[in-house]
Amino acid sequence: MRLLTARLSANRRSRFAGPVVMLLALLVTGGFYTLLSPAQAEDSASRTDDVAKGRELFLVGCSSCHGKNGEGVDSQAEGWYGPSLVGVGAAAVDFQVGTGRMPMAAPAAQAPVKKIVYSEEEIGQLAAFVASLGPGPAIPEAEQYDPETIPEDEREEAIVRGGEFFRTNCTACHNFAGSGGALPGGKYAPTLIGVDPVHIYEALVTGPQQMPVFSDEVLRPEEKRDIIAYLQSLEEQPAYGGNAMGSFGPVSEGMFAWLVGIGSLVGFAIWIASHTARSTKKGIHP
Amino acid sequence: MTDVVHPAGSDGHGRHQEIAETTGDPIADPGLPVHQPRPTDVDPRAEKRAERQIATLFGLSSLMAILFCVAYFAFDVGSEPDVVLGMGASNVALGLTLGLALLFIGIGVIQWSRKLMTDTEIVEMRHPLRSSDADREETIAALTTGANDSGIARRPLIRNSLLGAMGALALPAVVALRDLGPLPGDVLYKTVWREGMRVVNDVSGTPIKPEWVRVGQLINAEPEIFFNGEPYGEETIEGHEQLVEKTKAAIIVVRMQPDDITPIAERENWGVDGILAYSTLCTHVGCPISLWEQQTHHLLCPCHQSTFDLADNGKVIFGPAARALPQLPLAVDDEGYLIATSDFEEPVGPSFWERG
Repeated sequence: MRLLTARLSANRRSRFAGPVVMLLALLVTGGFYTLLSPAQAEDSASRTDDVAKGRELFLVGCSSCHGKNGEGVDSQAEGWYGPSLVGVGAAAVDFQVGTGRMPMAAPAAQAPVKKIVYSEEEIGQLAAFVASLGPGPAIPEAEQYDPETIPEDEREEAIVRGGEFFRTNCTACHNFAGSGGALPGGKYAPTLIGVDPVHIYEALVTGPQQMPVFSDEVLRPEEKRDIIAYLQSLEEQPAYGGNAMGSFGPVSEGMFAWLVGIGSLVGFAIWIASHTARSTKKGIHP
Repeated sequence: MTDVVHPAGSDGHGRHQEIAETTGDPIADPGLPVHQPRPTDVDPRAEKRAERQIATLFGLSSLMAILFCVAYFAFDVGSEPDVVLGMGASNVALGLTLGLALLFIGIGVIQWSRKLMTDTEIVEMRHPLRSSDADREETIAALTTGANDSGIARRPLIRNSLLGAMGALALPAVVALRDLGPLPGDVLYKTVWREGMRVVNDVSGTPIKPEWVRVGQLINAEPEIFFNGEPYGEETIEGHEQLVEKTKAAIIVVRMQPDDITPIAERENWGVDGILAYSTLCTHVGCPISLWEQQTHHLLCPCHQSTFDLADNGKVIFGPAARALPQLPLAVDDEGYLIATSDFEEPVGPSFWERG
């Protein structure tokens, strides 16, 4: 022990002690600096990286319809084969690819929701690439779309307000209960029940397919969030009047009335008119 | 029944002779088939069983009626209702019990008539519809006597004053229902839109700048006077009047690529950089429509599938609507917000006779 102390103190007094301490201090400072401060530099490097990786994914999975640089493919006869993606923004990519709508399996009137093909990381890279093509709406932050961020005492008010916006702006296509509806030519407004809040928000700001755009300046982010809160309250509500049959209104209810209601009435009519069992024994009563 | 003819097959020979002898109905009335009794008619045990069965059905019905009353008080309704299988327990229980109570009575009654009530076939002959001559004469005599006794023919004063009283009874009806009038005047031709009225987002009342509106955007908009009447030197329209005026003044503001729009000559300056405004009232029967396909520029009415092309002056391209959708001319004010430059140039909503 004594020997060790002696050696250490000897080293401390060495002429290299100063430079070594300096070097250590620099390393520590540099280490902390790398850890804490230069996030920006690294971020921008990784963003460039994301754009490059996204471009690779895009060339393989998307370019056959949207063109190699996202400029779109115009078929002379029938308009856009795949529309231009310049300026649609990261939000459009996150919505279309994140719900499985894109890539489409085949050209159709509308892209249906299906199994998601890309991983979350890959969707981020694709979004970064498409966002680099031109300015467009970014993927929203949680406080913009998540009703969980509404303080508890304001929630009820928010739901009521959201209901008003919903009935004014959304019900024409998506039905009074958000269960969707038909459009001409094989198109349809999809159900809003069970849709991720972030995807509802992204659909509002980007206007996918036939859906109109609802920009943040006109329908403000908190108003969009209220609409989402209202939709969630619809999901939580029990079907007070009994089985809602998908909330499709007269379509499903009328079908039930015709098939089950009138069907069972016909069954009763047949039963009433059918012959009862007869006996071959001689009757006691005349 | 007097000229009974034996069926042709019953007597193999001598067909021709029989026909020669036939007078009256050539085809025999086969009469009623032999009545076959039911098991409950011949077997007392079956009869008892049927009786018990029917009584049980009626008993079950009573039970359901009692259960209805129990369910009525047992399940909570209101803001926090009891729930069963994701449905309101009260409604489900009330519907089921009442429905089953009625169904059991129905099944019981039918079983009763099928199994126990007599079912021997009977014949009931048709009767002539005309009353007998005696009845007819008696009726006419009674009417004549009544007319003579009341003296209605002899006393025209009473008859006429009675007719007058009956006519006067129409007056209370006219007075009570007079608020169906007066005639609408020009309210069918006018809305609250006017020159300089700002276009604001419905519900929030946010005024709109053109640069906030993206291509493909749809805004359900209203005139600002429903939210703030001050800039127009008037009171904000509220309450019942607001409901009435809001229905007529509701518009949708949409933005398309300016190249896609084909305005007719006098509407060339009715839009702002591809932003156009149309009435939301379908010209067929007035359903509110905002079902807009941003890629095709078609606006669809969900009621009867009328379809309007908003890039082509609101022209009807499908469905029962007869008139194009009324367009509201737009401009931008000093502060850069969207305003109307006048009211609609034609009545909004469904067509009516006086429009010709």
